[in-house]
Amino acid sequence: MNENLFASFAAPTILGLPAAVPIILFPSLLIPTSKYLINNRLITTQQWLIQLTLKQMMTLHNTKGRTWSLMLISLIIFIATTNLLGLLPHSFTPTTQLSMNLAMAIPLWAGTVATGLRLKTKNTLAHLLPQGTPTPLIPMLIIIETISLFIQPMALAVRLTANITAGHLLMHLIGAATLALSTISLPMTPIIFTILALLTILEIAVALIQAYVFTLLVSLYLHDNT
Amino acid sequence: MASVGECPATVSVKDKKLLEVKLGELPSWILMRDFSPSGIFGAFQRGYYRYYNKYINVKKGSISGITMVLACYVLFSYCFSYKHLKHERLRKYH
Repeated sequence: MNENLFASFAAPTILGLPAAVPIILFPSLLIPTSKYLINNRLITTQQWLIQLTLKQMMTLHNTKGRTWSLMLISLIIFIATTNLLGLLPHSFTPTTQLSMNLAMAIPLWAGTVATGLRLKTKNTLAHLLPQGTPTPLIPMLIIIETISLFIQPMALAVRLTANITAGHLLMHLIGAATLALSTISLPMTPIIFTILALLTILEIAVALIQAYVFTLLVSLYLHDNT
Repeated sequence: MASVGECPATVSVKDKKLLEVKLGELPSWILMRDFSPSGIFGAFQRGYYRYYNKYINVKKGSISGITMVLACYVLFSYCFSYKHLKHERLRKYH
């Protein structure tokens, strides 16, 4: 049971080659582009959703921050579609791999910090010390603030990984429990099955929410620094 | 390229579509296909646009255009994870 439980999270291989790359590229097939003003239903729905997200997310920023809109919108689309595709049976979710989430979080966070240091150097360094602290506490607080700054990318990556992995794991466990209970005591099965259905709805919500949270935090760090 | 109404004897094997190739000509047809990287990429592109223009890029596309793709994705992932799944069958001996 132990080996089987985590086997679904292992990176897929074809004869030892990493097959994760085609799976990561697969969501791009589902989002077509078009050069026309009036399109088919798929493209129209997607464009409408993207405009909704764009307006909701980028009104917060000034001109300098809005140059990041392409990056942030593609980020939220990528994470949302990858998480939602991972809810299909037997599929592999790349966002369960910590390596990939770190690869997304660290460059984006470093980009916001570098932008802040470059454009508003004094302000960024001043953020390391909250206002109105007593003088003896200053050295300790600067260390604490620096640590909290450096923990931001780790927190971004680990939050996404842990949430998605935990959700998938719970679904595996409760699904297995439903199957096992159907042989032991049939009246209990509908109850457990209802739990599974509710959990699936939760997972859909979590998939979208995690994408949103990731992108929102990156945009907050950006807002801080532009 | 051969035109539509031309006599079949004058159309070369290389330009025929798969369903028009006779069974005896099949090995030579397969060998004459373009297996270079750009040829394979072109084949994927042709396949993608064939599906896209038939099911999605229509005036009243339905949800079945995407659900067919997702069903194929599920089958594909099942094939990949069969190796792990075969140990979970309800058999006495695995």
